Amino acid sequence: MTYPAYKIIAGWVDEKSSVLDLGCGDGDLLALIVKNKNVKARGIEISEQAIYRCVAKGISVVHENIENGLNGYADKSFDYVILHNTFQEIKKPAVVLDEALRVGKKVIIGFPNFANFRSRFQIFFNGRVPVTFSMPFQWYNTPNLHFLSIFDFTDYCREKKIKIEKSAFLGKSGKVKFLPNLFAEMGIFVISKE
Amino acid sequence: MEKNSVGLVETKYFNFDELILDCGVTIAPVTIAYETYGKLNSEKDNAVLIEHALTGDAHAAGEHKDEEKSGWWDTMIGPGKAFDTEKYFIVCSNVIGGCKGSTGPSSINPKTKKPYALDFPVITIADMVRAQKKLIDYLGIKKLLSVVGGSMGGMQVLQWITSNPTSVASLIPIATTVKHSPQQIAFSEVGRQAVMSDPDWRDGNYYGVSFPTSGLSVARMIGHITYMSDISMAEKFGRRSKENKPVFKFDPNFEVEGYLKYRGENFVKRFDANSYLYITKALDLFDLAGNKKLHQVFNGLKAKLLILSFKSDWLYPSYQSKEIVKACKLAGVDATYCEIFSTYGHDAFLLEIEEETHLIKYFLERVTKSKM
Repeated sequence: MTYPAYKIIAGWVDEKSSVLDLGCGDGDLLALIVKNKNVKARGIEISEQAIYRCVAKGISVVHENIENGLNGYADKSFDYVILHNTFQEIKKPAVVLDEALRVGKKVIIGFPNFANFRSRFQIFFNGRVPVTFSMPFQWYNTPNLHFLSIFDFTDYCREKKIKIEKSAFLGKSGKVKFLPNLFAEMGIFVISKE
Repeated sequence: MEKNSVGLVETKYFNFDELILDCGVTIAPVTIAYETYGKLNSEKDNAVLIEHALTGDAHAAGEHKDEEKSGWWDTMIGPGKAFDTEKYFIVCSNVIGGCKGSTGPSSINPKTKKPYALDFPVITIADMVRAQKKLIDYLGIKKLLSVVGGSMGGMQVLQWITSNPTSVASLIPIATTVKHSPQQIAFSEVGRQAVMSDPDWRDGNYYGVSFPTSGLSVARMIGHITYMSDISMAEKFGRRSKENKPVFKFDPNFEVEGYLKYRGENFVKRFDANSYLYITKALDLFDLAGNKKLHQVFNGLKAKLLILSFKSDWLYPSYQSKEIVKACKLAGVDATYCEIFSTYGHDAFLLEIEEETHLIKYFLERVTKSKM
């Protein structure tokens, strides 16, 4: 599901635009977007070891925590700010999302859908915190601090007047078109705010 | 000789008529000591300028005839190393104000035919870079592929941004700052006071008469403490005692005391006390942005930056490197930053070779590629 998500995100990004990836990890997503769309790419990453791997891929990356790493950037200084699979791991997601919307003209955000039917089954029938394809962790070692569903996110956008421009939903074996809040493992959105 | 060494090298000297300094004074003539490794390509676009730290010199790599020690950054410069001499043409020069072949307070003042001593004008980091630019022009290099250095070397790297921003394709400031904090100035000042309170300093006119050995060695001892960390000292010395029992009751008991004493005594053999005063003053006076906001200095800069700091460095702490990163972000400058985990303190920039090599090697490859 990692690669299909990357392909969707790379497909959405405009040619020769500027992209900031928050929590860019090893830099694979940025490297793919650079290859396909010739963008100006920047990353922020907290893990020192990941920085070495980014630099080896020719990615320009800053070693810091995204919780306070955005205050240096000017308003709308990037065409896209990406928050893929990091949103659920940060302490203050609302603050970081606000900052991402300030710095980026558009924000691309992807997160695991907690309301996926497999999670629902596991809680309902097993009575245990779900361990799924997109959330493969135990309760004691998960990096995920916040659990949200696709509905939670779209509700939040409505409440905060954030415009959802595009969306895509991924299941275990490809795109999900029908009842994504039930069947999708992951939701990816392009959002913006005036 | 080590396998990937640049081999036997010699220090060369570049002489020019005069240099107008920040303080308004002109020094004439001027000599700059420098070394080069590798070959300048026909496009003359593969040159990397290495900037040395406070007590460094032009001898960055390889070996001098009849000397045991190799250059101060030999682990980083050579075939296949971070600064690969098969690919890049490496230049390192001694700073103006120094005592390792470049014009400084111990040089002969042509007007008096005696050493300058305190008649030598106050020099700044910008003056050091001004002299280097003349050398780079003389070598026929229009644009440097990179300028790199740690500590005071890093300050010179940053100075290129305001002095010659279009003459550099990339910059690698390591364990450095855009201006000294009061704490850093305080350490410099204690070092200077140690030198100046030595009666053998004689208001700087000690040449041929005496040498402020004890003052300069105390300054160096203080310096060494600030270059290490609590952990690195504990690992290196613990509370172990020296083998020889002290003769006098305040002779060193502990290994750390003996080490500092040894470092201090060795340093005075190779460094001029007045140079130490002038160069530490240049460090304290350095203020890249002055009255401007720091990001304004970076506005419009095309050069790419690789900024490195070290976790246990308390002399040039990471927050000072992060200020540079923040200015780059605001100015939209391409900057990569890594805080390397290390327990070595400020000395780490000379010791964490594997990490630095990885980051610098790939960074220089990217800079080389994007230039084409």
